[in-house]
Amino acid sequence: MNTQNLMLIDPHIHMTSRTTDDYERMRKAGIVAIIEPAFWLGQPRTEVGSFKDYYSSLVGWERFRASQFGIKHYCTIGLNSKEANNEALAEQVMELLPLFIYKEGVVGVGEIGYDDQTAAEDKYYRLQLELAKETSMPVQIHTPHRDKKSGTLRSMEVSLEHGIAPDMVIVDHNNEETVKDVLDRGFWTAFTIYPHSKMGNERMVEIVKQYGSERIIVNSAADWGISDPLSVPKTASLMLERGISMEDVRKVCYQNALDAFGKSGQMHESDWLDKNMIDQREKFSDNSILRGGQTPVVGDLDADEGEMGSNIVR
Amino acid sequence: MYQANISETKAFLKSILGRSTSVQGNDWLTQKMELVGNDTSKARDLYLAFSAAPRFVGKEKLQLTDAEVAQANTIRPGFSPSGWTADRAARTLLLLSLPTGDAEAFVKQIETLFGTADMGELVALYGSLPLLPHPERFTHRAAEGVRTNMGDVYEAVALDNPYPADYMEEDQWNQLVLKTLFVGKPLYRIYGLETRSNPKLAHMLSSYAHERWAAGRPVSPELWRPVGPHIDTAILPDIQKLFVQPDETEREAAALACASSSFGPAKELLATHTALKQRVENGELNWDRIGQAAAAKA
Repeated sequence: MNTQNLMLIDPHIHMTSRTTDDYERMRKAGIVAIIEPAFWLGQPRTEVGSFKDYYSSLVGWERFRASQFGIKHYCTIGLNSKEANNEALAEQVMELLPLFIYKEGVVGVGEIGYDDQTAAEDKYYRLQLELAKETSMPVQIHTPHRDKKSGTLRSMEVSLEHGIAPDMVIVDHNNEETVKDVLDRGFWTAFTIYPHSKMGNERMVEIVKQYGSERIIVNSAADWGISDPLSVPKTASLMLERGISMEDVRKVCYQNALDAFGKSGQMHESDWLDKNMIDQREKFSDNSILRGGQTPVVGDLDADEGEMGSNIVR
Repeated sequence: MYQANISETKAFLKSILGRSTSVQGNDWLTQKMELVGNDTSKARDLYLAFSAAPRFVGKEKLQLTDAEVAQANTIRPGFSPSGWTADRAARTLLLLSLPTGDAEAFVKQIETLFGTADMGELVALYGSLPLLPHPERFTHRAAEGVRTNMGDVYEAVALDNPYPADYMEEDQWNQLVLKTLFVGKPLYRIYGLETRSNPKLAHMLSSYAHERWAAGRPVSPELWRPVGPHIDTAILPDIQKLFVQPDETEREAAALACASSSFGPAKELLATHTALKQRVENGELNWDRIGQAAAAKA
């Protein structure tokens, strides 16, 4: 896999659900920074304390874990649409959010939006848009799996209704059917390269060929499902192979994400240019990522591209 | 209920911080310190200012003169902000600005901050423990800090911090010393290592050394520093073994350990190593130097 040593950003990936092997492979493939949106863990939480500990782990332990592999970790904080449907709990979660929104490395409110497009989802989506406005934070929008097109349009209309500028909003999980509407309205238009369900990267290549690289962002949304934490590097490699210019690839796999989430004031290129050296000596031998007996890595990980397999994700 | 004169500490930290932040950063902090110090301020004012501190004051390292390093130690024995950053000092100043009269309310605010803290906030919180009022209320929290797996957070509670030596119970303290070795951090930066050494710890350390030897792993020469004053018949063979190690710092550690012991056979053992004994006696050998040498090698 050849990405010409480009620096890459994956602006949507749920590392809480991934292993340290993934971090290592991501770093080797050129990923220097990631954004982990707060999301649904696969089953509903029943206590507000579970949310608190989850948010804490996003700004604490997970960030530390990423740093061990030379990857700069950021996150967006929010109440996801599925769990917004438990209103008694959602009320308590809303009270927690202000405690986390100004934490270091929090680059937005997210991922929020609609799932079933219920009244409760609408209510908490709007309340969180207000929070983003109040704190001048970007918004990372999850668009629904079902009834996607109307859900996507509605997400944008409601955010405009709340007076949020389109360039402060990243609309995620787009496809061929939604791309034009989102781009035309001036929103950041993100695509998730996720095998079998969302987008494949051959389709992504065609989208960039057709629409260019302005405001288009690629991510993996890798999580607890069958997903691929190397979606961004693989897509970068495939785009180069299929004749998309280096400048366009750099925009959709790096610069646009940085420009969009950089509006939080919490994400700067210098964060990783100055200190992407890895020091696993910071690790702890008990209950930690590296166990006794292994030789800690100091300095840059081997830049060898390694066995990444095919660069196509379908 | 006080470990340090709070207004003196604040004036001291604020003047040092002033050199490592902008005028705007300094003004922001002055205003927030007043806000959170007000009895009518809301909990939310503190939480937001505490989180947002790095955005306004930055993260530059503090620059202390030698006189200021000494002054810190006068304000609070063991207080050592030399390695601190601007945001860490600002956060400490916010905590020191809180009303202190109502112990319950104070502890509750601090615990809430701990409960939702990010990494930088945890570093600031643990580092502030030796300055906060009602120190006896935070021993459990400090022990919790020792359980962390995040390197910077661990250092904030365990190293260059006088709180553990002054307030932790013996079992908590012993875990701190043992874990510091276990995670490969330097013992010489633990405040009060000598004064809090105890026979139980000495035996735990001896048994840890046996485990390392059995696994064919190196044993830090610093391990023997708190062991020395408690050498007994069970520990003596360890020291004998240490005297014949190929690494010179280990032999030096053996000599220093014997020198700090009042156990007869340990003194006799040292007497048989005349060259080392002489180097101890003329002050050429000391534990901090051994610690620094070990840290440089790690």
